Amino acid sequence: MEVVLAIIIGVLYAAGIYMILRRSLVKLILGIIILGNGANLLIFLLGRITKGSPPIIPGDSNVFLSAYADPVPQALILTAIVISFGLQSFAIILIKRAYQVVKTDDLDEMNEIDQDS
Amino acid sequence: MTQQLVIYPLLLQLFLSIILMFSWKKISWQRVISIVGGFVNIAVSIWLFSYIWENGTQTVQAGNWPAPFGITFVADTFSATLVLLTAISGLVVSSFSSASIVVARLKFGYFPIFHFLLLGLNGAFLTGDIFNLYVWFEIILISSFVLITLGGEKAQLEGAVKYFTLNILGSTIFLTAIAVLYGLTGSLNMADLSLKVALIENRGLVDITAVLFLIGFGIKAAVFPLYFWLPDSYHTPPSAVSAIFGGLLTKVGVYAMLRVFTLIFVADEFLINTILIIAFLTLITGGLGALVQNNLRKVFSYLIICHIGYMIAGLGLYTEVAIAGAIFYLIHDIVIKTNLFMISGLIYRIKGTNSIRSMGGLYADSPKISFLIAIALFSLVGIPPLSGFWPKISLLSASFSAENWWIVGGILFASFITLIIIAKIWANVFWKDKVELPKRLNFRYFHKLTTVKKSQMIGPIVFLTLVSLYIGFGAEQIQQVSSRVADELLNNQQYIDAVLNNNQNLN
Repeated sequence: MEVVLAIIIGVLYAAGIYMILRRSLVKLILGIIILGNGANLLIFLLGRITKGSPPIIPGDSNVFLSAYADPVPQALILTAIVISFGLQSFAIILIKRAYQVVKTDDLDEMNEIDQDS
Repeated sequence: MTQQLVIYPLLLQLFLSIILMFSWKKISWQRVISIVGGFVNIAVSIWLFSYIWENGTQTVQAGNWPAPFGITFVADTFSATLVLLTAISGLVVSSFSSASIVVARLKFGYFPIFHFLLLGLNGAFLTGDIFNLYVWFEIILISSFVLITLGGEKAQLEGAVKYFTLNILGSTIFLTAIAVLYGLTGSLNMADLSLKVALIENRGLVDITAVLFLIGFGIKAAVFPLYFWLPDSYHTPPSAVSAIFGGLLTKVGVYAMLRVFTLIFVADEFLINTILIIAFLTLITGGLGALVQNNLRKVFSYLIICHIGYMIAGLGLYTEVAIAGAIFYLIHDIVIKTNLFMISGLIYRIKGTNSIRSMGGLYADSPKISFLIAIALFSLVGIPPLSGFWPKISLLSASFSAENWWIVGGILFASFITLIIIAKIWANVFWKDKVELPKRLNFRYFHKLTTVKKSQMIGPIVFLTLVSLYIGFGAEQIQQVSSRVADELLNNQQYIDAVLNNNQNLN
């Protein structure tokens, strides 16, 4: 399971960075989304995967009796997903607006700010 | 009352944003609330600073979960100083923006978002938890996206696309670094991490994590070679927005670097060399970039990059004198960069253009304003005894005693370039004969504004120039603060004790 996840994470990072390097705005956003998903899976993997043992202490005990899944990475991923959802929805609106105003989705043609003013 | 003092600056900004959202349509109310709130914020920050100065590092454990399990808020001298500087910049920028930004832009929630930005900044300075730091970074990021695009001009949207892409990339790399660090140590509390990272045997992996943090923060702090988003975006929004961005946003990256590389990753030779090379190249490329620009605000944007190099160099030299110099420079830089962008906004309102070539004759037209601006510009260059001079002395003496001639050369070169640029600006904008510009219709020129508006624009510049003068002439006190911060950063046992030993008090 770990190996499969590690490979998937590697593919997601590579694909995300490849897409960010493209000139099209839409591919840029897709790249950012894929990269964000890769980061979330990485947190999940590095929090050590434990199967079928929720971190709940039995009522008749004060401590954990067996190995348990670490709940912290899941909280981190949840936070990161919510944040990236907000940022991505902003980004999609931004590129839509930028496309309407600049009338191109080619990043190389967005060079008005480089000109001397 | 003082037990929760650490989080008062956060609560105040959150409270202000909520109040401001309730008066969404009433811009005149928002202006008053924002400025009054700014004064209250300064009072709270001074209270926090003086309390920390007398009683040492203070902590608040969120929800009373003992560290390292809950989120900790920590205020040491470094955090308290930066919270105070944020409050000062926040107040002057809210006054300046209420006069200089047109109502059509203010209508779409400028002030609430501005206070969310300040909330994020305060949070980033006060948190003692690395994932919480990421969350505050995101709050800063999303607020700054809104502020940079507010108005929706073509240049703004183009700049925003670049700003947005690289900053999100930076955040993702930061998140990756947190993931790897959590995998290595199983902790997120920075004080706890400091103890646990020191015990890891696989130093190669620790170095890789450190480099990931360096890249993530480097994008935020705009160091070489990760700075290209900054000069492409900082000149596009209204100058009040550039002022708060230029003054504080890049400095959050520098703060995070100083914190992480003194507390969590104790610098080894590899890290120190990397940081020093980055610092040298930032000093050189930022300076050379500023030299060729014609847009006044682009010149200042490149100067931000150039001067980030000083602080990174201070971190890279890693002695107490050098870090004290970096802290002193940070204090000076926040004040002076906020002031510079407000000055560029004032010149834009007077002249109606940002192009240095088309300006001229400002000294003949308004000698008093020119004199005021001259003081700020000379402070930037660091003509003794003004404020930029003292930290450079510390940095130079530290790099001399480290016998690092590259950094000595870089610091001298960057100071020299800054001097040339300021001389060029002075000659072109102030002394050159007036260039006749076409009058822009519907443009709110400075002389058309009411007296109240004029004073709301000039007042902040006067105030920040006075603060700069104080930093220059009261350098001894600032040096005391910086030395104490440097001492706390390098001898981090006190920070760790303050965070982790709270457990005993609770039990």
